[in-house]
Amino acid sequence: METKNIMIVGVGGQGSLLASKLLGRLLADEGYDVKVSEVHGMSQRGGSVVTYVRFGDKVYSPVIDEGEADFIVSFEKLEAARYAKHLRKDGKIIVNTQQIDPMPVIIGKEEYPENILDELTAKGVHVDAIDALSLACDAGSAKACNIVLMGNLARYFDIPYEKWEQAIEKCVKPNFIDINKKAFSLGYNN
Amino acid sequence: MKELMIGNAALARGLYEAGCSLISSYPGTPSTEITEEFAKYDDVYCEWAPNEKVAAETAFGASLKGKRSACCMKHVGLNVAADLLFTVSYSGVNAGMIICVADDPGMHSSQNEQDSRHYAIAAKVPMLEPADSQEALDFAKIAYEISERFDTPVFVKMCTRMAHSQSLVEKGERTEVSKEYVKNPTKYIMAPANAIKRHPFVEERTLKLTEYAEVTSLNKIETGSGKYDFGIITSSTSYQYVKEVFGDDVSVLKLGLVNPLPVKLIQDFASTVGKVYVIEELDPIIETHCKNIGIDVCGKEKFSMIGEFSQKIIAQAFGLEPKETVSADSPIPVRPPMMCAGCPHRGMFYVLAKNNITVIGDIGCYTLGTMPPLNAMDMMIDMGAAVSGLHGFLKADDDDTESRTVAVIGDSTFIHSGVTGLMNIAYNQSNATVIILDNSITGMTGHQQNPATGYNIKGDPAGKVDLESLCRSVGIKSVRVVDPYDLAECEKAVKEELAKKEPSVIISRRPCVLLKYVKPKKPLRIDPEKCRGCKRCMKLGCPAISFRDKHAVVDNTLCIGCGVCSELCPFEAFEREGE
Repeated sequence: METKNIMIVGVGGQGSLLASKLLGRLLADEGYDVKVSEVHGMSQRGGSVVTYVRFGDKVYSPVIDEGEADFIVSFEKLEAARYAKHLRKDGKIIVNTQQIDPMPVIIGKEEYPENILDELTAKGVHVDAIDALSLACDAGSAKACNIVLMGNLARYFDIPYEKWEQAIEKCVKPNFIDINKKAFSLGYNN
Repeated sequence: MKELMIGNAALARGLYEAGCSLISSYPGTPSTEITEEFAKYDDVYCEWAPNEKVAAETAFGASLKGKRSACCMKHVGLNVAADLLFTVSYSGVNAGMIICVADDPGMHSSQNEQDSRHYAIAAKVPMLEPADSQEALDFAKIAYEISERFDTPVFVKMCTRMAHSQSLVEKGERTEVSKEYVKNPTKYIMAPANAIKRHPFVEERTLKLTEYAEVTSLNKIETGSGKYDFGIITSSTSYQYVKEVFGDDVSVLKLGLVNPLPVKLIQDFASTVGKVYVIEELDPIIETHCKNIGIDVCGKEKFSMIGEFSQKIIAQAFGLEPKETVSADSPIPVRPPMMCAGCPHRGMFYVLAKNNITVIGDIGCYTLGTMPPLNAMDMMIDMGAAVSGLHGFLKADDDDTESRTVAVIGDSTFIHSGVTGLMNIAYNQSNATVIILDNSITGMTGHQQNPATGYNIKGDPAGKVDLESLCRSVGIKSVRVVDPYDLAECEKAVKEELAKKEPSVIISRRPCVLLKYVKPKKPLRIDPEKCRGCKRCMKLGCPAISFRDKHAVVDNTLCIGCGVCSELCPFEAFEREGE
């Protein structure tokens, strides 16, 4: 099987580590060769963060380059646009419609681009925009945004729903399993 | 069953399985998790040391006593540990000793892009370089065998991508290893008379290691399908990028032992292929070696000395078609890292910026004080340089510099190498004002304990450095503690200490808001009736405050209720949710 590429992007502190842990666990359990790559340290302090998840028969590079991503899962609108050039032809963007202003916007040096997702759609990019934050709150915790997005991503995979749920059980603390399963289901059905 | 592990965790596992009994380290991205993961094993000893020199010396002590040991650090940490390195190369080891060093090509979290392989060459110490997590585990075991067989410390070199990429790993069992300690002054007392005799041993050892490099399975040739007639010599993640681009279509010499490098193996490989390319990140170490042994290779003329590689960079260099991409036309604002909402450093930096004070800075989260809108830093070079740098800055002229210049340094960095600079200030008397930003944790590397926190690596109570007493005992008479959430108090302290004709220390103390025991208060909100859009609160550069429709607004998912913004508002527009 040709290597598949998923990028998870967002703002440092939004919880992308749990999403990549879930994906890594699930795909390894499915018997794929898997590489998951992220950068720790400086970039986690509210900066733009990116995680690469690659799986297939044999995966070499730990990173996903421009024009290679099958999916970009973005926790924030601007970050979806920042990494759009990594998308391959026919790739898909799944994006949380939350807006988090970066510091240059906060201090008025730069503008947050309006209608940035429409701009991508107009260029022929497949964009699934969902209000993951509201759905996560419906599930019981704003922090479950990451799992809502994983639920939405799961629609595109031939992996049984129960397997995703099992991966959630393995990756989150017992007290949070129910909230996260609900969040996953809300993401899956939206 | 194979397990997904980051390279650092796999390396820790390998050290554990190989019988490593002690690790002493100072945290530094991207090396930190090696030690953190090792600390999770119960039957071994693991600690955070005050700095890399202490860590390396501690590891050597354990080796001398007969236990396999290791110390872990980032590339620049090796500069601090280098004092031990060059002489432990002479003395050799008793039980095996490994120095894990993690480079940071691309400078994701570092102040330079130095290539640690130079140290291996300069100190004549073997260096192994794994290319994925399984190799990290396996190479740790081989490194100990080399260490004891050749009587040398051994480097295992990581890089950011290796350290923080997860790949599948097959775990094994731990083997206990123990050597007897026998007093041996000619080997372990490196006074001139003994060291003179050890130097020939080192040169002899390098020759033996070169012979080993010719035959070890660490270095391997993968013969390509024949589609391309050229060959590639590579190592580490560069190997992965090469395989990503060419698969099995090109012949590759993958080097796992990068110091010393083989001679005959490279010559033999070169003789079976056409042109030879050397693909290595950062400096042309392998390339230079190849040229020295008479092999005409192409390296840095095609592949940069700067930054990280990727499959795209390799493909482009070989003229392969770039992949189709799409992007938005609107400019995308950058999103640099910044101090968190509620960060205790922010208040102090606001005061320094407001009073237009020259700030000699240091390394840690607080380096983000340099970012707009605060722009409150003038220098940041290395660990501890704020304190000693300020001393020199003040001694360089006799004008009024001392009344408008401070040093800022974190608690962990101060312990690491700031206190020696402070001794110099006290001893040689500059009227310096040093601000210790004490957030009670090593923050930027992801919350490690340090000698000033009172807890050890396992989170158990430990010895605690009393910073106030420490500063007083080295000879600073004026030492005061302020709460950085209290802007008026901070400003008063800074102005008073700067005016004094003696050295002084201000400890700006409040724990990092990300610490679990720090409970956030209810978030603030802004009454739009009262907010007049003066933007005074925006000068803090708090990520929780933005400006919409002529008013400041607070993002209640980010705000932790520190209240510093409300101290700045002349219209009392901030109120706490639920009040």
